[in-house]
Amino acid sequence: MEKLLISPSPHIRSGASTQKIMRDVLIALAPAEIVSVLVYGWSELMLLAVGVAACVFFEWAITKWMLKKPSTVADLSAAVTGLLLVMNLPSSTPWWIAVIGALFAIGVAKMSFGGLGQNLFNPAIAARVFLLISFPQQMTDWTATPGFIHATDAISGATLLGVYAEGGMDALVAAGYPDNHRLFFDIGGSAGEISAGLLLLGFIYLLCRKVVKPWIPLSIIGSVALISGIFHLCNPAVYTGPAFNIMTGGLLLGAFFMATDYVTSPMSVWGGVIYGIGIGLIVMMIRYFGSYPEGMSFAILIMNCAVPLLNRAFHARKYGRA
Amino acid sequence: MTGTILWTILILSGLGLVLAVVLFFIAKKFKVEEDPRIDEIEKTLPGANCGGCGFAGCRAFASSAVAAPDLEKHFCPVGGNAVMQQVAAILGFELQEKAPQVAVLRCNGSCEARPRVNVYDGLASCRVKASLYAGDTLCAYGCLGCGDCEAACAFGALKINPDTLLPEIDEEKCTACGACVKACPRTLLELRNKGPRGMREFVACRNRDKGPVAKKACANACIGCGMCFRTCTHGAIVFENNVSYIDFSKCKLCRECEAMCPTGAIHGVGFPKPLDKDAVKERIRKRKEAANA
Amino acid sequence: MRKITFPIGGVHPHDSKFAAERPIEVLPLPAVVYVSMAQHLGAPAKPIVAVGDSVKTGQVIAEPGGFISAFVHAPASGTVKSIAPRKDLAGNSVMHIEIAVEGDEWMEGIDLSDTLVTAIPDDPSAIIEKVKACGVVGLGGATFPTHVKLAPPPGKKAECLILNGTECEPYLTSDYRIMLERPKEILIGAALMQKALGGCRCVVGIEENKPEAVKVMRAAIAELGLADIEVAVLRKKYPQGGEKQLIAAVMRREVRSGALPIDAGAVVQNVGTSLAVYEAVQKNKPLITNVLTVTGAMLPAEKQHNYLYRIGTPLSFIIEQAGGVPEGAAKLVSGGPMMGKAIANVDATTVKGSSSVLYLDAPSTVRKEASACIRCGRCADACPMGLEPFLLNRLCKAGDLEALEANAVQDCIECGCCIYSCPANIPLLDRFRIAKGQVIGAIRARAAAQKQ
Repeated sequence: MEKLLISPSPHIRSGASTQKIMRDVLIALAPAEIVSVLVYGWSELMLLAVGVAACVFFEWAITKWMLKKPSTVADLSAAVTGLLLVMNLPSSTPWWIAVIGALFAIGVAKMSFGGLGQNLFNPAIAARVFLLISFPQQMTDWTATPGFIHATDAISGATLLGVYAEGGMDALVAAGYPDNHRLFFDIGGSAGEISAGLLLLGFIYLLCRKVVKPWIPLSIIGSVALISGIFHLCNPAVYTGPAFNIMTGGLLLGAFFMATDYVTSPMSVWGGVIYGIGIGLIVMMIRYFGSYPEGMSFAILIMNCAVPLLNRAFHARKYGRA
Repeated sequence: MTGTILWTILILSGLGLVLAVVLFFIAKKFKVEEDPRIDEIEKTLPGANCGGCGFAGCRAFASSAVAAPDLEKHFCPVGGNAVMQQVAAILGFELQEKAPQVAVLRCNGSCEARPRVNVYDGLASCRVKASLYAGDTLCAYGCLGCGDCEAACAFGALKINPDTLLPEIDEEKCTACGACVKACPRTLLELRNKGPRGMREFVACRNRDKGPVAKKACANACIGCGMCFRTCTHGAIVFENNVSYIDFSKCKLCRECEAMCPTGAIHGVGFPKPLDKDAVKERIRKRKEAANA
Repeated sequence: MRKITFPIGGVHPHDSKFAAERPIEVLPLPAVVYVSMAQHLGAPAKPIVAVGDSVKTGQVIAEPGGFISAFVHAPASGTVKSIAPRKDLAGNSVMHIEIAVEGDEWMEGIDLSDTLVTAIPDDPSAIIEKVKACGVVGLGGATFPTHVKLAPPPGKKAECLILNGTECEPYLTSDYRIMLERPKEILIGAALMQKALGGCRCVVGIEENKPEAVKVMRAAIAELGLADIEVAVLRKKYPQGGEKQLIAAVMRREVRSGALPIDAGAVVQNVGTSLAVYEAVQKNKPLITNVLTVTGAMLPAEKQHNYLYRIGTPLSFIIEQAGGVPEGAAKLVSGGPMMGKAIANVDATTVKGSSSVLYLDAPSTVRKEASACIRCGRCADACPMGLEPFLLNRLCKAGDLEALEANAVQDCIECGCCIYSCPANIPLLDRFRIAKGQVIGAIRARAAAQKQ
């Protein structure tokens, strides 16, 4: 007999791993990104390859040469960051901007805080905001690049939220509000926003796999619906309605996949609900009263700051300590 | 334009003045009266905050020392007598010099002597391992090799040797702060007097099992034969629970016990010459003959 | 069927009850038995026989060494060969009485027949006395002396006796088998304990994955006409059989932190203990046998066993009888895979609480290298005590005992759900055990200082 193995209990494990969780996130994001590649063609495919490769490369390089630690790219978290970053960029973004974004996401937002699990801000969002401020022109150039399939109502120029921010309700109605956004192929905006339906599908997959819990997205969408509902009812001529606000501006992408990032969201259910409501509130304030057309990225970043506090304030119910 | 500048300067200066007055009064009101000797003592201390003295850090040691009636309970093992002389001078006390000490490992169950019989697969911590079971050798008293002592040492004086899986103590770096003594769940590390010119004698084993059991577990174990106890003419050896212990305050460094030990569990350190076992044995034999005659 | 469960946390490990369909077999007597003096919680027992004495099966060979302690009886007849320290399954030295087995001659007055004795004695104290004299301890894992549990401190009253037939640990089947094979004895044992506790209702908790046991136990209750015993079907969720979890599931009541189950009006006893109580009181038979499962995923069906063994039989003898350690077994566990102890020494002996010899293969049990915590919160979702292992882990590393106490590390029941569920393979519980000991030590020291 071989030497016996000895360890403290438990002696079996569930088999869950970081890699499997990240793989599930990649699978969940895949349908929306595939459609995006089909609709936006070579330029999106190129962006995808460059963005993901750059994120993985930077993580590998930083762990190997700067931190001199074993590489962590196998856990796929860098790949998830890369994919999310690409999905947050317009398809017309030059490839080198994606590389800069990847460097910022991995190098600054993630590794400088201590790597996976230590970062205060969601790397992909932090990078997107960094790029938005650094390259405002390229980051708001929503020209639809030629795709592999023909999308019927490809619009170019500003997104609907951009139109609304610039010209208010009149301009928006002129652009076809409230009928021109659709569930599956809604052109205009970041690549990942193309299909609300497929994002929802991916999120349902994550729910079924028990990777995420629904509280955060529900409270974001719920609070956005409530706030925009109230404003819209009070003055429909000035304020856009709930359906429009939920379906546009990367709100679903953010609510499903970025606000639910483990590391940068609260651990407890009630902490998560407050966090979600906070995001919803900030998004709507930015959209109605701010100068930026959307606001999901800023809302998530701002609420990321509140996460340590929320973790302090809200704890799970303990047994026998009522 | 000039008006704006003027106003700005005036308002800011006024604000500064008001705040300065407020700060002045607050500083007066909440001033903590502190014995100035605390700062003085703290300056003389090594500042390692290792806790070897039994206090939370150097400052805690200093503030406790100024309030103490004497220096009985205050000794900085890191600074040693030199630093304590200065502390005593500040406080106006007479210093009782202490013999310099060093940590020694009371286990010599190297990988070679003490075969591994199972594989530990839990958290690499001696504490966790010790609370779980007897360890990956047959010795339930020996070093577990996970390096809790190495982690506890603030001076880098302890290193686990990968070949023996035992910690090795760097005498130059060891300050006898006692952190490793507390960290070891099997209390294998002990602070002992460094001894005259660094010479000292100790039993490097704590195995309390009976001879055959101990021997089976480790070739270097103290098997509780009592030979050293019977040989020692200075009454320096305490022999109980199948294991010997040398009281360093009584040991005269004659190395007779070391020569007689059948397993090599007794270690002599710092001696200028290697031990000539046969010569010592011969000396003992002659002495016994003389006594019998 | 209404299924109940505990409210917080829990995990769902695979059932793996490979030995469930294997009836209990009587294990032959070994040539030598080693009886440990520390086979119960509390003070070790003190030997009252000397080397060279001949003893009969069931004879008292050691008496309690304190208030929380238990009598120990000879599991076979023969000669006392030695009374000396011997290594237990963890390799630590424990006092053992070694008996060379010579036949199997029982003490007089022990009823070895199969006749069911249903008459319940009138005097509760006589029952408790008998339970104590027969050395009965809890067989659910903690081996707490049963007579202590049956005599609540003054001013406290048991409202409900919960019989634990959940067997929520994967692989184990010994409780299941005794429920199938000896339901009436178990239920009369429960009735005896109800009587000893001064009358209270009794609920037998059985997990939903054992429908056969539910059926058999219900039928036996009807047949015996025991009106105040009922069977509750519990959802399959680990650790359903944890004392605190079972009380929460059955009584919808929580035991306050730091309090005992009796403070919530509950007494929890394992079904095996109930059987031992029956044998002690009705048959005058001391606790010298128990049922143990020999199992492992790599074993074929015919090599899975449920053995009725004499307590003191060496593990190596049992392993040999069951066909030796199978190919591919990397770790041997005594008890379930979630809370059992890894066996470091196969020459160790069985004790009153031994419930299994479990073989695990390397892929299912070797720990993977820990990676960074990704704060997924699975550990917190899994913790049945509502603790936050990710936070406790950080505090353990920092050595912050005050914060650990504030975050209730002392409430940890060491069920292992946190490590089980962690995707980053962080050895959470390994650290908590140490911290828990330190915090409880600090709490006790504080209480002692306050008293003075």
